[in-house]
Amino acid sequence: MTVFLFYVFAGIAIGASIGVVIARSPVGSLLFMVTALAAIAGTFVLMEAHFLAAVQIIVYAGAIMVLFLFVIMLLNLGHEAQRDLKGGAFAVVSAGLAGAMAGLLALQLRGSEVVAGSGAGAEAIAAANAEYGVVGAIARPLYTTYVVPFEITGILLLVAIVGAVALAKRGEQS
Amino acid sequence: MTALLTAALAQGGSPAAESGAFEPFLPGLIVLLPLLGFLANGALALAHGRDSANAVRAGGELDLGERGSRPLTHTLPSWIGPGVLGVAFVITLVNFTRMLGVELAEPVVVSYWTWMATGTFTVDAALQLDQLSFLMMMIVTGVGFLIHLFSVGYMQDDAGYPRYFAFLNLFVFFMLVLVMGASYALMFVGWEGVGLCSYLLIGFWFSDKEKADAGKKAFIVNRIGDFGFLVAMFLLYTTFGTLDFVPVFDGTETLVYGGGLVTAITLFFFLGAAGKSAQIPLYVWLPDAMAGPTPVSALIHAATMVTAGVYLVARSSVLFALSPVGGATVAGVGVLTALFAATIALQQHDIKKVLAYSTVSQLGYMFVGVGVGAYAAGVFHLMTHAFFKALLFLGSGAVIHSMHHAYHHTHSHEDAQDMRNMGGLKAHMPITWITMWIATLAIAGIWPLAGFFSKDEIIWQAAAFGGAETAPYPLLYSLYWAMALVAAMLTAFYMTRMMVMTFHGANRTGTEEAKHLHEAPAIMWVPLAVLAVGSVFGGWINVPEALRTSVLGFGGALPMSEWLHHWLEPITARAHEVQLEHLGEVAHAAPIGGGEVAWAIISTVAALAVVVAAFRVVGAQKVVPAAQSPAPTGFAKVLYNKYYVDEHYDRFIVRPILGASRFCWKVIDATIIDGTVNAVGWIAKGLGWGVSMFQTGSVNTYAFILTLGVLVILGVSIF
Amino acid sequence: MINEALVLSAIIFVIGTFGVLVRRNAIIMFLCIELQLNAVNVAFVAFANLYGIEGQIFVFFVMTVAAAEAAVGLAIIISIFRHYETVDVGSFNLLKW
Repeated sequence: MTVFLFYVFAGIAIGASIGVVIARSPVGSLLFMVTALAAIAGTFVLMEAHFLAAVQIIVYAGAIMVLFLFVIMLLNLGHEAQRDLKGGAFAVVSAGLAGAMAGLLALQLRGSEVVAGSGAGAEAIAAANAEYGVVGAIARPLYTTYVVPFEITGILLLVAIVGAVALAKRGEQS
Repeated sequence: MTALLTAALAQGGSPAAESGAFEPFLPGLIVLLPLLGFLANGALALAHGRDSANAVRAGGELDLGERGSRPLTHTLPSWIGPGVLGVAFVITLVNFTRMLGVELAEPVVVSYWTWMATGTFTVDAALQLDQLSFLMMMIVTGVGFLIHLFSVGYMQDDAGYPRYFAFLNLFVFFMLVLVMGASYALMFVGWEGVGLCSYLLIGFWFSDKEKADAGKKAFIVNRIGDFGFLVAMFLLYTTFGTLDFVPVFDGTETLVYGGGLVTAITLFFFLGAAGKSAQIPLYVWLPDAMAGPTPVSALIHAATMVTAGVYLVARSSVLFALSPVGGATVAGVGVLTALFAATIALQQHDIKKVLAYSTVSQLGYMFVGVGVGAYAAGVFHLMTHAFFKALLFLGSGAVIHSMHHAYHHTHSHEDAQDMRNMGGLKAHMPITWITMWIATLAIAGIWPLAGFFSKDEIIWQAAAFGGAETAPYPLLYSLYWAMALVAAMLTAFYMTRMMVMTFHGANRTGTEEAKHLHEAPAIMWVPLAVLAVGSVFGGWINVPEALRTSVLGFGGALPMSEWLHHWLEPITARAHEVQLEHLGEVAHAAPIGGGEVAWAIISTVAALAVVVAAFRVVGAQKVVPAAQSPAPTGFAKVLYNKYYVDEHYDRFIVRPILGASRFCWKVIDATIIDGTVNAVGWIAKGLGWGVSMFQTGSVNTYAFILTLGVLVILGVSIF
Repeated sequence: MINEALVLSAIIFVIGTFGVLVRRNAIIMFLCIELQLNAVNVAFVAFANLYGIEGQIFVFFVMTVAAAEAAVGLAIIISIFRHYETVDVGSFNLLKW
C-alpha cells in the first residue's frame, strides 16, 4: 500500500515537474510547481517525515509559491504566452547535458546497494516520534545539537528580508 | 709662500730641531671652512638664482649695473669665497709652524667619527696630518687663496658669480679631503669630489654646448681612471683588510718585492693617477678643460687637482718602490707624456691650450720623479709647478680679460684667446708681462728660478736611478733621461714662443681695440706678484746637496739643502729602505758621464740658449691675425691637430663603444629583452581575451557552464 | 522505498536542471531551481530513514535557505524588471567582459 502510494506521488511529482519546465505561461508553471510540491510532501509523509511534509505544504507550497504568484501578478506576466523556451541548438545541447547528468546519476544509483524496507534510521525516528511526537522529534536536536546553525538561519532570514526590502525600495525610487 | 720660506730658513736646514709632541690646531676647521663657504655661497647663488641662471642661459651677459649698486648676493661671495680660504691658510700655517718644531716620525691621525663599519671593515672619518699632507694643504689653501682673490677681479662681472665661488669652495673642500684623508677610501671621496667640481667648473658656462661637452669629456675620461683606483683599493682591501694608510703601509713588509700583487695594485693606482693627472692615454680631457673660467684652469687644472695623481703615487711610495715594473711604467708614461705634450704645445695658437699641454708635460715630469723613486723630487716639482703654472694661467687670464674687454668695446667677435690676435701687449700690461716672464723662465728651467731646481732634480734622478747598482732596466732609464732633457728644451721653446706671440712684436688686436687694452686691476695683479715671488724663491728650499757649494747653490750661501727631501723623509723612508735593499745606492753620474753639477749647468745653459733662440726665431716670424692665417701644413698640421689623438680615440674607441651600445640597446635590449617581456604581456593579454569570451554576461551561458562543471565533478567522483 | 526515493530525487533534479538551462523567463528559472532543491530534499528525507533524524533537520535548513533565496531573488527580479521591462534573461548581459 505504502509503496503503491509512493509510486502515485512520485508519478505526480515527475509529471508536475515536467509541467513546470514546459508550461508556456508562468502561472501555469507555478501551478504545476505547487502540484509537484504537494506530491513531494506526500512522499515525505510516506517516509515518516510528517513535520516536514506539513512545512512543505504550509511554507513552501503556501507562502513561497504565493510570493512567486504575487511577483508574477505584480509584473503583469500572467497572460504572457510568448515563446519562452530556447530554441534549436541550445535546447539540444541542454537536453544532452541533462541526459548526461541523468546517465551519470543512473550509473551512480545502479552501483549502490539496494536497501530493502526501511533502514536503521527509520526505527530511531519512529522511536523519537513515539516519545516526543513528530514535532518534538525534530525540534529536540534542532534546539540542542544544532542550535547554532538554527540561530544563524534566523540571521540569514533577517538579512534576506532587509536585502529584499532594500532592493525593491531602491528600484521604486529610481 | 714667503712664510714657508722664512720658516724653513729659520730652521736652518733641519725641520726637526727639537723634539716634542705635535699638537694639531683645529685641523678639522681647515676642511670645514671651505665647506661652509660652499654652503654660504651656494645659498647666495640660490637666492641670486633665477635672473643669473636665465642670463647664463641667454649667453652669459647680465646687466649687473654699476659695481656699487649690485645686490648683496653678488657682493658677499667676494668676501666669503677668498675669506674662508684665507682663514684656512692661516690655520694651516699655524699648524705648520708647530710641526716644524717637533720631530714627527709617525703621522698624526685625527679621527672624528666612524664613517662606515661593515663586519671587520671600518673606515673612520679621519684626517692624516703629516709632512706630505701639510705640504699639499699649504699649496691648496695658499695658492688657492691667491686664485680666489684673482677670481674676484676676473669673474665679478659674470652672472653666475656666487655659483662660481660656491663651486670653487666646494672644490677646495674636496681637495683638502683628498690630501688630508687618512685612508684610501676617504681619499677617494675627495678624488671623486674634485672630479665633480672640475666637471661643474669646466661646464660653468653650460649654455655653450662645446663647454658643457668638455665638462662631460673630463668626467667620463676620469671615470676610466677611477675604475683603476677602485680596483686597486679592492686589491688592497683583500690583501690587508683595511684601507687606512698607516696599517696598509705597515703591512707592506709582508709583500713580495716585484710580486704580481703589488705590481697590479700599483698599475691600477697609476691608471687612476693617469686619469686624474692627465697622462697618456687619458690626457685628452685636460686641453678641453680649458673651456672653464681661467682661474679654474689655474687652480684645478694646473696647481692642485691634476697633481692628485702625483700625490697618490708619493703617498703610496712604498708600494711603488716594491714594484719595479710599476715604477718603470709610471716614469715611462710620465716621460712619454712630457715629450708628447711638449711637441703639441709647439703649434697651438690658443694661449690656454699652450698652457694646458705644458701642464700635461710638466705633470709627466712629476711622474718621472715619483716613478724613479725620487718622491721628494716629484713632490718638489709639484710645488714649484703650482707656483709658476698658476702664475702663467692667471697671467693668461689677465691677458684674456683685457683682450675680452677690448673686443667687447668694439663688438668684435675675434677670439680673445688666440695668440695670433695678440702681440705687443707688454706696453699695455707691464706687470702681467714681467710676472709671466718670470714664470716662463722658471718653467723653462733657468737658474736660479724655482723650475730649474725641481726639474733638474727629476732629470738627474732619472739618470741616477738607471745607474743604480742593480737597477731593473738601466738602459730604459737612460732613455728616460734623454727624453726628459729633450722635453725640457721643447718646454723652453714653446713657452718663449707663447710669450713672444703674446707680449712682443707688433700689436695685432687692431688700433681701435688696442686703446681699450688695460692692465689688470690690483686684485688680479697682486696674486700674480705673490706667485712670482714663489716662482723665484720656491726652488731654494730643496737645492741638492751636490749643488749647494757650487756656483749654482750661490756658493753655499743658502742655509740649507734638500730641505724638502728631509722634510718628507718620514713619508718616503720606507720606500727608500726598500729601494736601498733591492737596488743599492743610486749612481752619481749621468749615463754618458759627467756629474750632477756639470749636467745642471749644461741643462740651464741649453735652456737659456733655447729661450734666446726661440725669442729671435719667433720674433722674426711674421704672425698674422687668426682670421687671415693660412691653415698649417706638413708636420705642423699634425701637431696643430694634436696628432689626431682625439680623432683616433673617436674612431677606435668611442665609435666602437657607441656601436656596441647601440647594438645592446637596439638589438639586445629593445628587441630581445623588451620582446620577451612584451611577449609575456601579449600571452597574458591573449589568454585573458580568450577566456573573457566565456564571460558573455548571459545567465544561460553561466548556468550551462555551471552544469558542465557539476557534470565533471560528478564524473570524477564516480569514475 | 529508499531506493525509489533516490531515483525520484534524481529524476526531479535532472528535470529541474533541464528547466534552468532551457527557460529564459527568470521566474521560471527560479522555479526550476526550487525543483532542484526539492529533489535534494527528497534524497535527504530518504537518507534520514537510513541514518537518522539529521537528514530531516537538513531539509529544514534547505527550506529556510530556499525561502531567503526566493525573497532576495524575487526582489532582484523586480528591480531588473523595473529597469528593462522584461524578465527575459537573454535581454540583459551586464556582466559581460
